[in-house]
Amino acid sequence: MDTILDTIASILSRHMLSAAIFLPLLAALVTAAIPSRSEKAIRSFALAASLATLALCAIVFARVKGTGEFELMETVSWMPSLGIRYRVGVDGASAMLMLMTALLGTAGILASWREIAARVSLFHVLILIAECSLLGVFAAIDMFLFFVFWEAVLVPMYFIIGIWGSGNSSAAAIKFVIFTMAGSVLLLIGILYAGGAAGSFDLVEWLRHRFSAREQLWLFAAFAIGFAVKVPIVGLHTWLPDAHSEAPTAGSVLLAGALLKMGGYGFFRIAMPLFPVAVAQYAPIFLTLAVIGVIAGALLAMVQTDLKRLIAYSSISHMGFVMLGLWALDGQAAAGAVLGMVNHGLVTGALFLIAGMLYERRKTRMIADFGGSGRSMPMIAVAFVFMSLASMGLPGLNWFASEFLILLGAFQTRTAFAAIAVTGVVLTAAYFLWAIQRIFMGPLAHEEERKMWDLRAREYAVLLPIAALVIMIGVKPQAALKKIWKPSEAFVSLSKRVEMIVPAGVSSLTPNDQIPMTNEITIWNR
Amino acid sequence: MLDLIYQHITLQGLIWLVPTLPLCGAAGIGLIAMFCARSEGAKFRNFASFAGCLMPALSFAACVVLFFTLTGFEATEPSAITGPLFRWAALPTLFVDVGLKVDQLSLVMALMVSGVGLLVHIYSVGYMWHDEGYLRYFALLNLFLFFMLLLVLADNLVVMFVGWEGVSLCSWLLISFWFEDAAKARAGAKAFIVNRIGDAGFLLGMFLIYGAMSAAGAPAESGYFNFESMQRYGIYFVPVATAISLLLFAGAIGKSAQIPLYVWLPDAMAGPTPVSALIHAATMVTAGVYMVVRLNFIFVLSPIALETIAVIGAATAIFAAILGLAETDLKKILAYSTISQIGYMFLAVGVGAFTVAIFHLVTHAFFKSLLFLTAGSAITALSGEQDIRRMGGLKRRMPITAWSFVMGSAALAGIAPASGFFSKDAILWQAYERGHGALWAMGFLGAGLTAFYIFRAAGSVFFGESATSAERYKRAAEPPFSMVVPIMLLATLVAFAGILGVPLAFGGSNMLCTWLGGLIPSELSRAPSEGSRGVEIVLMAVTLLWSLHFSVLGWLIYAQKRDWPQRVARRVAPLARLVSKRFYVDEIYDRTIVRPLIWISRKILWQGIDDTVVDGIAVEGTARAAGLFGALASAAETGILQHYLLYFLIGAVLIVGFVTL
Repeated sequence: MDTILDTIASILSRHMLSAAIFLPLLAALVTAAIPSRSEKAIRSFALAASLATLALCAIVFARVKGTGEFELMETVSWMPSLGIRYRVGVDGASAMLMLMTALLGTAGILASWREIAARVSLFHVLILIAECSLLGVFAAIDMFLFFVFWEAVLVPMYFIIGIWGSGNSSAAAIKFVIFTMAGSVLLLIGILYAGGAAGSFDLVEWLRHRFSAREQLWLFAAFAIGFAVKVPIVGLHTWLPDAHSEAPTAGSVLLAGALLKMGGYGFFRIAMPLFPVAVAQYAPIFLTLAVIGVIAGALLAMVQTDLKRLIAYSSISHMGFVMLGLWALDGQAAAGAVLGMVNHGLVTGALFLIAGMLYERRKTRMIADFGGSGRSMPMIAVAFVFMSLASMGLPGLNWFASEFLILLGAFQTRTAFAAIAVTGVVLTAAYFLWAIQRIFMGPLAHEEERKMWDLRAREYAVLLPIAALVIMIGVKPQAALKKIWKPSEAFVSLSKRVEMIVPAGVSSLTPNDQIPMTNEITIWNR
Repeated sequence: MLDLIYQHITLQGLIWLVPTLPLCGAAGIGLIAMFCARSEGAKFRNFASFAGCLMPALSFAACVVLFFTLTGFEATEPSAITGPLFRWAALPTLFVDVGLKVDQLSLVMALMVSGVGLLVHIYSVGYMWHDEGYLRYFALLNLFLFFMLLLVLADNLVVMFVGWEGVSLCSWLLISFWFEDAAKARAGAKAFIVNRIGDAGFLLGMFLIYGAMSAAGAPAESGYFNFESMQRYGIYFVPVATAISLLLFAGAIGKSAQIPLYVWLPDAMAGPTPVSALIHAATMVTAGVYMVVRLNFIFVLSPIALETIAVIGAATAIFAAILGLAETDLKKILAYSTISQIGYMFLAVGVGAFTVAIFHLVTHAFFKSLLFLTAGSAITALSGEQDIRRMGGLKRRMPITAWSFVMGSAALAGIAPASGFFSKDAILWQAYERGHGALWAMGFLGAGLTAFYIFRAAGSVFFGESATSAERYKRAAEPPFSMVVPIMLLATLVAFAGILGVPLAFGGSNMLCTWLGGLIPSELSRAPSEGSRGVEIVLMAVTLLWSLHFSVLGWLIYAQKRDWPQRVARRVAPLARLVSKRFYVDEIYDRTIVRPLIWISRKILWQGIDDTVVDGIAVEGTARAAGLFGALASAAETGILQHYLLYFLIGAVLIVGFVTL
């Protein structure tokens, strides 16, 4: 007996990462096998499984040393003739994103306890599959594997929006699919071409491979469009408010919290470090788009009438900050951007959870339908105010740390862009304060609201852990930064390879030049 | 007593206690407020009063002990740092420690903040006792004290910024304390947003400082935002000093309600009156002045920035005083007076007299919170009446309050020997002596206006005939003991705080300014000119007579002949209207900034670009054109998972096959 346990323990410790990724998938299969009548059992099991995943992700995060190299690597031969392997590994940045995803998955399941009443079994199967694929995206090193996970996220999300969403949800789901599929097609072509050119699908190999300047420009375009849809970058963003607002609470939480991070992570891990020529070439465009995103997102959020759409547009604004941090090519800004992805996931996830709680009580998302609700539901008001403050960058709460690092770093390398983006700080305060004023303050607009119940134990259980993290990261961001600094530094030195030699853009390079590799850049060497 | 403390607490621990104690109070009371049903909350009122006042009291006591300890070491500067409690960030390029620093400046500020804070807390016990949100109120007031003390004790800009934003937060929550009133909710949000405009400038200033520090080659470990290392590398700020100073000053403009961002402060009077006394008169709004004095070594590098500060300060001083002349709401008169007095402080800062600005900051904190607390008593006595035209004669019903208000007014008007006389004259003298004749004239003019509007208020509220209903007037009475005591203590402070700065010309020692001067390099190098003492005394007498004249005038007219001013106002109707409508500044901001921004967002960005162009034409057009997508989508809409997976698989196989072949 002992030996069996030992064997399991040793396998688990050697394959910790795979265990964390595939536990939700395994749980999904088991959930599907549970008779659909016993809803309580399904919910409890799914919750237990996601909690176990969360625990595994926490262990993974604790084990990652933050050296800047991939850790906890696992490599298994898969399709040797194509150079495709099952290869996963994490560094501080991806481990943190995994931890956040697992936390939001758990929160989503808890939040759906009462909200989801139809086809309970299918819902939980889909949520668990989505969680598995999201975790996979953040851990995959083999790019074909990455693409498989990337696409696998789409399917469950589509059905979650389409089946359990409200209002015009099937249209929103289709819009979501069209946008992301269009991006995915380009992404797939890019991956296949790059794999063919490099003779491998291993990201580490790709980083060593010298793509020609022409290849870089084209490949970057293919990758970047796929990622830009997910971020989303302004212009490719209109799927987001629809999908977020029509989706059920768990769907919105995963969409805003984890799915948008796939785009940001794609830029951080793949598109920018791989193609420095393109980075130098396109930087002004992406910086402009990022700043437009910050401001336009905030302005759009300001005039929304639907609470969930307001939060959705605030995501566009915040992800604009993240893109600014990445494209500033500065260590602090990049670290701020990675931390910002995590912070945005936590805060916006929580805001969507609260919007879901309000919807559960009042069956409306319209801001105008509320008023004076701080009187009838004081603790919900406290929770919403707290998360809004975090989201508007109140120092001492988590988003401030990332916003500060992003703007500080970007100001040093891209002064004008950062200076314009700072106005976002004012606009963010404006739209959140006005939303709070309209929803929770003023005279009580609906007498029947007096009978509404305030936060319940389950809802506290969802929000309190997130609130605790919001405060912890805000008060001492260093605890998180120490694990993401090295990866961010590596990201910057890889993405900046061209700039180091030809600071003023690449006009002097002809498209057929090899990428100039500076001598001693710490590419992940193994 | 001191021995006992020294045996058990280190100096560093004591410094940390100063802000932490109110935080504990806020957390404790706040948790009870949150997790108790509203009806049960009443049981904890006594606890809230006790803890809510005890924490500021202990905090004040800690400040006093610190003061005596640090001034006890002879021949050294009275300063101490705690060192980092922990590192907020420790990246190779950015070190931010969470640490506190005590020196003359922060000691003065901390003593003032915790002292006035304590008195306002005690006053609040009586003032708020019957309010439903009693616990919430005390939690927030304690939280405010925590942030304010963090702001003044911080040893680096980032920690200071935590306090800086934290006080905005508490200000918002306390202005909107009675949140069911839509107007009050709006006023709170307005205050926060306007403050944020300044904060954006403050952030940019910080980024520039970082750039200057890293260009100077300062070691990152010393902390680029640390005041001490900034001062050490101060000389490297020269090329960007003007930009840094102006950006930081933008933050101060927002926080300290100067032109053009003063509009939030009059609205902020929607909060409970003790809040107006503590936050919107004595402490938070003066944080901007404190910040500029704290960073004086940067500001002195830029004569342009100092000139700008002085001009904005002087202009605000006069402008707000004019608005105060026509205002009829008692609390708003005091609000405009606060704006105007902070203008004086910036005038002092701008001419380079940093210590004098702090002197006026301290005396202002005393007399303005006295004025607010007495005004609060008067308003409560008349069951919430704030319009000075419907008050009057209250002296006979509440003499202590009335004479305390007069004491505060005398200080504000600068009538000797009340403390305000010394500090305001010090400012005017510094402006004159340092060769800013025009600024002195503006300040002089403002002093007359100030004297007139405050004695107008005093005369209308406490003297003359009662203009309220006889029944109401009969019910008006002195507030309970717990509210009278803080008023009397403050009145005593107002009367005697002038001792802190009796000018050399009077044979005084100018204690506070000399003591603070040790901190400020630019003042250390200045030798007071000996020959001008005669001029100083003459100017002082002139200003005193000038203020006294307007005080008596204001008091006489509004206590005895209330119909005169109305007749005068009718004579110059358009002008009177313009002033009483506050020069339409709020309306102008609304029409030129707020509404266009909302219109652009709604009509152009949202309905124009997002809905029509991107969605309508680009997306749906593409979708319609791409029949394949349409087919795929409608097939998928059947809700059958297998179909979609099949499509995906077929696609994947096709492409993989294509690659391998």
